[in-house]
Amino acid sequence: MSDHYIFSRGRLKRKHNTIYFESGEEGQKALPVERVDNLHIFGEVDLNSKLLNLLTKYDVRLHFYNYYGFYTGTYYPRTKNVSGFTVVQQSMHYLDPKKRYYMASAFVESGVHHMLRNLRRHKEKTGSYVDTIQAERVKIPDGRTIPELMGVEGRIRQTYYRSFNEILKSDFIFTKRSKQPPADPLNALISFGNSLMYTTVLAEVYKTALDPTVSFLHEPSSKRFSLSLDVAEIFKPLIVDPLIVSLVNNRVIGKKHFEDFEGIVLLNDQGKQRFIQEWEKKLATTVRHRTLKRKVSYRMFIRLECYKMIKHFIGDEPYRPLKAWW
Amino acid sequence: MTTSISGVQVYYYSVCKRKLWLFSKGITFENEHDRVLEGKVLHERSYPYLERKEQLIDNTFKIDAVEGEYVREVKISSKMANADRMQVLYYLDQLRQRGVNKKGLISYTKERKTEEIELTPVEERKLKESLQKILDLLDQPIPPPFKRLPYCNQCAYHSFCYAREETEE
Ligand code: SF4
Repeated sequence: MSDHYIFSRGRLKRKHNTIYFESGEEGQKALPVERVDNLHIFGEVDLNSKLLNLLTKYDVRLHFYNYYGFYTGTYYPRTKNVSGFTVVQQSMHYLDPKKRYYMASAFVESGVHHMLRNLRRHKEKTGSYVDTIQAERVKIPDGRTIPELMGVEGRIRQTYYRSFNEILKSDFIFTKRSKQPPADPLNALISFGNSLMYTTVLAEVYKTALDPTVSFLHEPSSKRFSLSLDVAEIFKPLIVDPLIVSLVNNRVIGKKHFEDFEGIVLLNDQGKQRFIQEWEKKLATTVRHRTLKRKVSYRMFIRLECYKMIKHFIGDEPYRPLKAWW
Repeated sequence: MTTSISGVQVYYYSVCKRKLWLFSKGITFENEHDRVLEGKVLHERSYPYLERKEQLIDNTFKIDAVEGEYVREVKISSKMANADRMQVLYYLDQLRQRGVNKKGLISYTKERKTEEIELTPVEERKLKESLQKILDLLDQPIPPPFKRLPYCNQCAYHSFCYAREETEE
């Protein structure tokens, strides 16, 4: 099972039980449907319902990104792992303010744990940032409302990103997080990585009985599968940020991989491809799991997080978020 | 409040009560390989000639195959012999309630042996007790707690049951 990324312009079609991508530049390419888990469409692609029906049959998700590389949406085959019981229990944990806060703070706590873990690798340079974050961190369990928790999280994140200036070797500078649109190369990298994180989490949530729209830290909204945003808080500092640091410090991505559209800074196609190549490698990296007693990929860690959440919702075992131990 | 029970549920009852509970609440992992259920694939290959294979009886349960006076089940090994027996007894009972009297045969391909099963009054009583216990279990609001079993490694719920955080800082 793997993810495929399409950057060129062309046509996706179904021939028997195979997906074909036809493009003027590259000719025809076959993608065996049983081996595809997600298709990410960055280029301008035509497709029809015959193809969508095939994707539905094999549970393949289709993620779309616009011209600038921003995530725009997902074609999400009707879900097969339905458990009304789980969804009701999950919603119950949203409706009860105490239970909701427990989940929301668990995501933040785990995210901060992973941020500090990154900073400690550069101890000499980041000591003062670590202290500032620690001082803020103690407020996580005390907070009362979700907006207060969001505030704590936001302040920690600003400090954390500012410390990147000490860690990054090249002239990438962090001034301030700018999401839409990203105003500098570092923000462009963060935005791109976070979009990939979001779709990757979404794909794993989809494979479980969880309802992707019922979230805790982020307000459930009709626009996004907000549970993915919640879970991404855990994994962004664990997966995206170390990847960005290594891409920049090892000069895999440099200034020439960005384009500036009147103040909007974006990765160009080559930059995106380099990012994705390392991204896929990172997700496939394995770590020996302490309780499963086998090697588990970073991607699987996301699914395990979903399983732990289900156990929490159904009253089996209290949820304790991942805190990378390796 | 569950009213109808399926053969798979009867089978899971003897395998692992936690699995039965989770499965019955719709928490399933169909993408993952489940060796405890491998027999399901096996029987499709074992009886291609039998027309009445996989009969869906009153839309409530499926049986592998009916051959003369026997209901047949094919299993790879006899590791879950007790669960297999319960499942077949359940089928025999369901058939009897519909006026059909059969015996059961379970073939274990690996051991090349066959076990004959009859719905005696003693077995019938055992079955009734189990069915009642299944209904009681499904009414429980939370799943039976995790307890390590020898065949957890081969179960589709393995990642689910074993995914936990260790305190070891
Ligand atoms: S992994 Fe073990 S405890 Fe969990 S459902 Fe399977 S057999 Fe039961």
